Amino acid sequence: MKTKVAIIGAGISGASIARVLSRYENLEVHLIEKAPDVGWGVSKANTALIHGGYDDDPKKYPMRAKLCIKGNRLWHEWVKELQIPHIWNGALIVATKEEDFDELERLIERGRENGIPEMRIVDRDELFHLEPGLTKEAIGALWVPIVGQIGPIPAVIAIVENAVANGVKTHLETEVRGIKVENGEVKGVETNNGFIEADIVINAAGLYADEVARMAGIDYFEIHPRKGEYFLFDDAIPGPKRVLFPTPTPISKGIVVTTEISGHLMIGPNAQDLPPEEKEDLATTRGGLEQVWEGAKKLWPNLPPKWKVIRTFAGLRPEPTGGDFIIKAEEEVWGFINVAGIRSPGLTSAPAIAYEVAEIIQCDLGVGLVEKTKWNPYRKEITHFFMLSPAQINELVKKNPAYGKVICRCNHVSEGDVLEAIERMKFIGVKMPSVDSVKFRTKATTGTCQGSFCRPRIIQLLAKEYNIPPWKVTLKGSGSEIGIGDVKVLVRGDEA
Amino acid sequence: MSGLHIIQYDVVVIGGGPAGMAAAVKAKELGLNVLLLDDNEYLGGILPQCIHPGFGIHYFKEELTGPEFAYRLTKRALELGVDYYTAARVLEIKNYSDIEKVVIFSSPKGAFEVWTKTIIYAAGARERHAFEIGIVGDRGAGIYTAGEAQTLMDIYGIMPGREIVIVGSGDVGLIMARRFALEGANVKAVIELMPYPGGLARNIMILKDFDIPLYLSHKVVEVKGKNRVERVKVIKVDENLNEIPGTEFWIECDTVVISAGLIPSVKLLTNIGAEIDPATGGPIVNDLFETTIPGIFAAGNTVLINDLVDYVAEQGELAAYGAKLFIENGGIPTKHWIKLRKGENVRLLIPHYLSGERDVFIYARVKRPMENVEVRFPEIGKRLRLPIVKPAEMLRLKLRKEDIAKAKDEITMEVVPL
Repeated sequence: MKTKVAIIGAGISGASIARVLSRYENLEVHLIEKAPDVGWGVSKANTALIHGGYDDDPKKYPMRAKLCIKGNRLWHEWVKELQIPHIWNGALIVATKEEDFDELERLIERGRENGIPEMRIVDRDELFHLEPGLTKEAIGALWVPIVGQIGPIPAVIAIVENAVANGVKTHLETEVRGIKVENGEVKGVETNNGFIEADIVINAAGLYADEVARMAGIDYFEIHPRKGEYFLFDDAIPGPKRVLFPTPTPISKGIVVTTEISGHLMIGPNAQDLPPEEKEDLATTRGGLEQVWEGAKKLWPNLPPKWKVIRTFAGLRPEPTGGDFIIKAEEEVWGFINVAGIRSPGLTSAPAIAYEVAEIIQCDLGVGLVEKTKWNPYRKEITHFFMLSPAQINELVKKNPAYGKVICRCNHVSEGDVLEAIERMKFIGVKMPSVDSVKFRTKATTGTCQGSFCRPRIIQLLAKEYNIPPWKVTLKGSGSEIGIGDVKVLVRGDEA
Repeated sequence: MSGLHIIQYDVVVIGGGPAGMAAAVKAKELGLNVLLLDDNEYLGGILPQCIHPGFGIHYFKEELTGPEFAYRLTKRALELGVDYYTAARVLEIKNYSDIEKVVIFSSPKGAFEVWTKTIIYAAGARERHAFEIGIVGDRGAGIYTAGEAQTLMDIYGIMPGREIVIVGSGDVGLIMARRFALEGANVKAVIELMPYPGGLARNIMILKDFDIPLYLSHKVVEVKGKNRVERVKVIKVDENLNEIPGTEFWIECDTVVISAGLIPSVKLLTNIGAEIDPATGGPIVNDLFETTIPGIFAAGNTVLINDLVDYVAEQGELAAYGAKLFIENGGIPTKHWIKLRKGENVRLLIPHYLSGERDVFIYARVKRPMENVEVRFPEIGKRLRLPIVKPAEMLRLKLRKEDIAKAKDEITMEVVPL
């Protein structure tokens, strides 16, 4: 008989856990997500870094210290198996004062303790050879070559696609309302779409992990949101080749200057603690953006003019009581595993978190895991028109002319890319057609014009594929419909 | 390159809007072998969605709607047998030599490599969006550029919302204010940063016609509404455009339409090193609309943002004429170019270089409004009186070749009070 596992939250942690658990013959894995698509919570908006694992103190934050470097090593494998867009460009932690070197030495020391030998101090000459655009105040840096960048939502999508291909069942637009516990054992999950029976419930609910834990009667921690804001600049703006950090302070890793994987200069984040009830506040603020600007300028003085900004956005990190990741089987509720407080470096740690959970299932819950004989570790990336040669375009056009038709002018996304994205959305169980779902898979609407040309075309494609009127297509799920009806809706006085 | 369809032309016109179509038609009439490319499904560029009148008074000598204007050019192009591809996106331009250029484009028929002697680049412009003008807050549905709202309504028949705030009083914003009002929406305000409106006088009238409040010297700074816009925060600015604390107020609405100006689309030109004028955002051009790369011409909003489609079409024709001259002579034969310089109260002007071999139209915009002015070209002693000049309305002035030839190296244009 199979052990039924319900994972709450299809973010980077939940998805990674689903993938790792999909390896086992004797598990039936259900991935539950309240959003219409995967990766739309905490995973959506962050610095997209695969951190080096050197900065968490193993005495204060043992989980973070252990899982970050383990996650980094695993990502080097996962990006290949799953064809996740990535770059291993390394990081420089920049010193601008003599005292900073003491901190950098401490980081090297801690890095060694955490199992990262590949770090060294570079002097001023080498530093400017590496990054000529850095502030002239820079006097040296710590060089960490194993740092990289990935597309966080593309990563979640890739992992979920692979998990589903290996038998994981997804439940999107499914909100958890309660955890059924009988005689100290979990029995399943109450949702808006009915009851999902489960022997093991894994709480990877991000910002809401405390609320989900309370549903199972566990209330020793609280999650509060910490907001970080970002600027993204037009792709013609030269940025650094490597990830640039200031020397960290006791409270923060500082504002990063980097060129993200699509080639846009990105700066951020600041850190603003919000009260626990403001878990939906993703608004950018003028004060926060000003902080980011000033912070970034200290490392990268030649920031572009503000009208070269193509997007500003904010993300929330789930800060747990105590600060360390909470990853454990709860003793008072058998079968309930918390994966909570997965703040930075959560993206980096996610694959390691997943293996940690598999370990917990075996060791703490005593479920012997039986590997499948045919588990498929591979997933093929969606076609990206912008990566094709003209000859490859012609090959694809023979099969489907839509691959030759560019609909996103800025990023060169073809209609074929969008149709393929729709197929992949359907494959993992996306029910609600949204522009953002297409955006995160294809990069359409993320360029210089921010979608004013291609969004109307994407809306048409979605409307046609899902057989709904175009105004019912949403930007990002229910409540964000593109329009209110056909153009005569107000004149007629009735809503379509 | 393997697997590519290779074709050959005298001139490839990139962009099937009014500039590109006028250029293609004229080039064909001049006997050139021409290929017209556009990435939309239909020709006409932005015109088919401009369902209001006000087009063609100069070019066709009668007032037309956008679709009518586009139809006339399309019909002429078809009659002449201009080769064209729609749904065709140019991926790259290569400039091998003055008389040998390559255009690579993709279409539902496949990817093509076109060898051509000249290129007329008429890629139009894009709109500035909410992020570029520093609006913060939420990022839900209901935030559109004016052109996107227009596409949704007039191409696809989608009504975007019912309570509308328009940011910017440029022509597109004002026309969309009317469009929304005509469909029964409540246009609650037009918010303009500058102390004067940004559109043509005839479009400012829309605000009176439909009783729409205009807030001059105000800006929208924040949008609230997680899934859908719920309200916007507006603040007053002083004469230096600095915000005046304490003047903030909120307007409830479900839709924000951004009409904050257009930016010429020049990416493919800059990729091959064409020089850009920071004032226009478009390429530096001579009086045949040739860019700084010999044999590559530009026309329309990709050169500078025009207020009338007639000027755009006129520029397209001139570029076609330039292409003809270029092909016949193996390059534009002019040896000595006279630089046209900006003087007092001139924000931008084109062309940047004049040959003195032909009469030219100068297109210019002033920095600030002024009444009773004289436009002067001191080096050639030419003066012209105008009752009023406004930044929103482009000046189009003719200079005769005899006048231009009087100058040695430079001609300055200045707009000064009488």
